Parts: sequence; C-alpha cells; structure tokens
Amino acid sequence: MADASASVTANYLAQVKRKRLYGGIILILFAALMTSGWMVADGRNAGGFWNGLHRILDFPTEILSEAAQNWRNLPGLFVHYLPSLIETLNIAAVSTLFGAGLAVLLAMLSTRGLALWPRMIPVFRRMMDILRAVPEIVIALVLIFILGGGPVPAMIAIALHTTGALGKLFSEVSENCDLKPVEGLESVGANWLQRVWFGVIPQVAPNWSSYALLRFEINIRASAILGFVGSGGIGYDLKTSLQWGIGKYDEVVAIFLLLFVTIMIVDHFSDRARARLVKGGRV
Amino acid sequence: MSMAATAPQPTLHSTITRRFTARKRRALAVPLLIAAYLVYVFFAFDLAGLAGRARLDNGAILLRDFWSYKTHVTRDNRNGEVSVAVEGERKGTYPAGQAPDWVRLGEITEIALPGGAQVLYDGPTARIDIPDFGQITVAPEGRKIALTLPAGAAQPDWISAAPNRVDINRGKWRFSMTRSRTEVFRYQPGWELFFFTLDSPFHGKSLPEIIALALWEPRLDATRPNIAAMASDFWTNRMWHHHQVFGALGETVLMAFLGTMGAGLIAFPLAFLAASNFAPARPVRLVLRRLFDFLRGVDGLIWTVILSRAFGPGPLTGSLAILMTDTGTFGKTFSEALENIDGKQVEGITSTGAGTLQRARFGVIPQITPVVLSQLLYYLESNTRSATVIGALVGGGIGLLLTQAIITQKDWEEVCYYMILIVLMVMAMDSLSGWIRRRFIKG
Repeated sequence: MADASASVTANYLAQVKRKRLYGGIILILFAALMTSGWMVADGRNAGGFWNGLHRILDFPTEILSEAAQNWRNLPGLFVHYLPSLIETLNIAAVSTLFGAGLAVLLAMLSTRGLALWPRMIPVFRRMMDILRAVPEIVIALVLIFILGGGPVPAMIAIALHTTGALGKLFSEVSENCDLKPVEGLESVGANWLQRVWFGVIPQVAPNWSSYALLRFEINIRASAILGFVGSGGIGYDLKTSLQWGIGKYDEVVAIFLLLFVTIMIVDHFSDRARARLVKGGRV
Repeated sequence: MSMAATAPQPTLHSTITRRFTARKRRALAVPLLIAAYLVYVFFAFDLAGLAGRARLDNGAILLRDFWSYKTHVTRDNRNGEVSVAVEGERKGTYPAGQAPDWVRLGEITEIALPGGAQVLYDGPTARIDIPDFGQITVAPEGRKIALTLPAGAAQPDWISAAPNRVDINRGKWRFSMTRSRTEVFRYQPGWELFFFTLDSPFHGKSLPEIIALALWEPRLDATRPNIAAMASDFWTNRMWHHHQVFGALGETVLMAFLGTMGAGLIAFPLAFLAASNFAPARPVRLVLRRLFDFLRGVDGLIWTVILSRAFGPGPLTGSLAILMTDTGTFGKTFSEALENIDGKQVEGITSTGAGTLQRARFGVIPQITPVVLSQLLYYLESNTRSATVIGALVGGGIGLLLTQAIITQKDWEEVCYYMILIVLMVMAMDSLSGWIRRRFIKG
C-alpha cells in the first residue's frame, strides 16, 4: 500500500517535472520567436522602431494643434462628413443584412438533422470556409475594377465575408438546438420551410441576432477600411484629406472623431442589446 | 402565480389575444421596415446607375486572365525584327531565333493559330488566312494601314478598321497592325512560365521528363544536382517571383503573430489591474477600462494612419496597429474572465497559507488559461486575415503585393495566384489554431 502511494507520488512528481520541462521549452521557443520576429519586422520596416518611437506623438500633435487652431470649423465639418458616415454605416448594415440572410440559408443547409440534402453538408461547410477565408479587400478591389468606385463593391465584399463568418456561428448554434419541435412539426406534415420557421428559428433567434449585431460592429470598421482603398464612405474622405496633408488636418480630426464616436456608440448599444438577447429580460 | 389563478377568465383571454395581436403586428413590421430600408439603400447607393458604370468588358478581361495567358508575336515595323514574348513582357521574351512550335521564324514568319487560321508576316505585309472566310491582307500604305478583304466579302464585325489601325479579334487570338508594329496575340489556358522561365533548361519539359531529370537523369549543370537546380530556378522565377510571394506571406503571418501575442503579453498583466476582484484601487480599474475602450474604439484604420507616420511603411507598423487594437480587446475579455473565476479554488489555496503571488499562480491562472489561450488562438487566426488588409494599408506582406498587382490592372493571373495563396494561408491558420485548441485546451 505504502509502496503504491510512493510510486503514485513519484509518478506525479515525474509528470509535473515533464510538464514543467515542456512548458519551459515552449516558453523559450516563444520568447525566441517573439524577439526574432520583432527584429525581422523592424528590419523590413522603412523606418526603424527606435527611430520612430519618439516621433509617435508628432503626427497626433500636428493634426491636433491644427485642429485646435481651426476648432471653429469642426462643427461644420461634422455636418459635412455626416453623409459619408451614413454611407459607411449603410454599407455595414446592408452587408450585414444580406450576409446574415445568406448565412441563415447556408447554416440550415449544413446543420445535421435539418439539412435538405444531408450528403451536401461538407460542400456547404467548405463553401463557408472559403467565403470566410477571402479577405474583404481582395473582393472589393477586384469589384472596384469591374463596377467602378462607390459603395456597392464594398457592400458585396463585406456581405460575402459576413456570409462565411456568420454561417459558421449560426450552424454551431443550430447544431445545438432541440430537434423535438422539428420532429413534432414533421409528424403533422410540415414541409422543410415550415419546420425551420416554426421549429428552429424561435430557438435560435436570440443567439443569431446577437451574433449578427456583433458582426455589424465589425462590419462598420471593415467598411471604413474599404473606403480607404477607394470604395466610398468616410474612409475615402479620410484618405483624400490625409493626402492633402497640412491645411486639411482639421478634416482628419473631424473624421477621426466621427468614426471613434460612432464606433463607441454602436458598440455600447449593441453590447446592451446582446446582453438582453442572450440573457433575456431587460438590462 | 396566485394572481393568475384568481384572475377571471375573460381578462386572461383578452390579455393573451392582445399580446398575440401585438406580436403579429411586430412580426409584420420588421420585414416591412427592412424592405423600406432596402428601398432607401437602392436609391442611396444609386444601384440604377450602376449598370451604366459597370465595365463588364473589364470583368471579361479579368476572368480570361485568371485562367489563360497570351503570347505576343510582334514585328517591329521600323526595323523589321520579329520577337515572341509571353504577355509581351521583356522577362518572358524568347531568346532570338527561338519560338514556340506554332511560330516558324524565317524570311517569312508563319504563325499557326487555332481553328486552322494562319498569319504570315511577309515583310511589312501581313496575310491572314481564315478558313471559311478567305485571305485578308493588311499592309501599311504611306501613312495609312490598308485592309484588303477576299473578293466579294463584306467586312465582318470581328474586324475593325481605322485609317491608322486594323484589329481582328477572333476570341482565341487577335491581330493588330499599326504603323509602328504588327502583332498577333494568342490566348492559351494555364499560367505560362509558372514553374520555369524561358532561360531555365527545364522550360518546356513535360512532367515525366521533369521527374526523370530530377531523379535519375544525368546533370544538366555539372555543378549541382538537377533537383536543386529546379528548386532554385522555380524559387527565383522572374515572372512569378515565388520567393518574394512566399516571403510576403510569411511577413503577413508574422504581423498577425507579433500583433496578437504582443497584445496578449501587454493585456495579461493589465487585466489583473482592471478586474474588479483584483484591482488595487477603483480609479486604477476605471482608468484602465477606459483605456481599453479607447484602444478598441480607435479603429485599426486610424492606428495604421498614425503609426505609419512615425514608423514608415512596413510590417512593424502593421504589427503595432494590430497590437494596439487587440490590447484593448484582450484587456476587456481577460479582465472579464478574471472577474468570473471560481473563488473557491483561491480560498482553498489561501487556506494553505499561500501569499498573493502563489494564490494568483495556483488559484487563478489555471482557471483562466483556457480562456486566454483560446482567445489568443482565435485572434491569431482572424488577424491573419486582417493582416492582409492592414498590409495593404501600411505597405507590407501579401496585401501590398495584391494591391500592387490589382493597381497595374493587367496581371490578373497574379491576383488570382495571390488570392488562392491567401485563402490557403487563412485556412491553414484556421485548422492549426483549431487543432491546438482541441489538443491542448479541451483536453
């Protein structure tokens, strides 16, 4: 008995030792990767880290001081850029709507127990993987070449990416839903659409809307960035003002502030709405 | 409960009915609102005008370039020299006196084209034989270009003739003559010179020949084995720049790795100070919370703009931009994870007389490690994708190559190549992080 416990202790200690050894090796490897990585990145950058560090506040100071001088312009500029901001928000909203719609379809088609064609589930899964993997900027730039500038390329690009990203989350939710209502509906002769509409949607709607809201937040940022590469909205205005340089920095500050405030407001409300959706009740 | 039991029946009935009507109205109002919004967007985005602005011919060029390449057979009409070049690029030009097997150089250049057509460069005159149509002659006459069709033939719509230029477009090949040059373009499927350029001895060999050369055939270059020569010729391919492309892919992954892990390293200690059950003082916690919100709220776009002013374009700027936003995100999620830990384990450790550090090390860290690691891995994966976008903004990694290739508006096969590589890279990171999560976190 004493022998057994001694060997258990010895085993345990040996295991702990081995675990520490592995942990130590991983830590050293990680530290080496981090340091060499930063050095490589530093070497390949146009300006080095230490050369730039003391200049990091130069640009913010420059634009802020110019904006402080022309602070009277700011309210006017806010109004001036409001339509662009609305366009950016519209791109995000429409692409979330379309993306979520397609994602619902793909999620339903790739959920075990609900799929119309169970053999096709892996095909739809792969499709979502690919949609998710293509960065928006790739599709947007290609579409700008065909469709010209404007909000539509960005909208399509973000919608496609949203389809992939939300499709995966949606199908994870619907995989976990209770199939008994679906069976019940099937037993009274409901068709596929009715089974999904009355049996599944009520169960998953809160989680789905919560994910869609989160995606909306992400899409606002994405749509601002796509504007920067030439696809309409406030990102495009930011690019033109930045390229102009000194003399238009008050515009840059106005756009930064608009974006920042919008993102904060949307984040705040969507946070609350999501908490309410998932936990139920009013927050 | 007792209220419902004692309430009279009609009231309950009417409440339920009223609620149902309200729900029905709401259920109808949501699709209506969405429809109204979409109508508004239809006009706000000017979708009606889009059809007029769309350049579908650009789309056709793009799609054709994705899967095919063209070879130019050019006669310089000033000095009479004929050259053959893939995509018309100097890097893809055949050495003098060499040409693909469908072009015969000589006194008269004979070019065999799909559908039995043939083009002859006879001095400055070009004779084009098209089966079922006849012989077309195009020749410079003084300052103009003269087009002679077969007797009795009307000018078909695939020929466009102007005084100083004649174009023939047959889909699979094109012909054009101006005063300065005569050109034939032939389209063929595939990505030409993808593996070996024309100056490599391995160009134009079939797959079995390549395998034989690599494995047992004698060395073509006595100083090194064939397989090493192949690898080096592929790696230094001047048309496709494979070494640059893979370097750029590595740079993108590096940006994601440095940004995510750096943010994790910074956010982890700060999260302790921002969690309500560990914060040394309330003001510290509030300040940190606001800092995290600020870092997250300032979009990645704004960070890239500010940082690239200080550090210049490159991967370091991209890494730092990812680091900035993700420090905010991680600070928030890590401190929330810390607030949700089970206090009993910490109590147990305290009861053995452990100090603060020991409590944290053995009571807290084991509880939050899975959350922290899975967050880090999830963000590493999603940042690989963002790093492509950020790379396009700050000028680093595959994003830069991609935007450059798109801006030239002609190297669409390269765009396609990069897109495939990006998708493969993101999917590889996806499965890698999924594998690590399954293997080490869920046990």
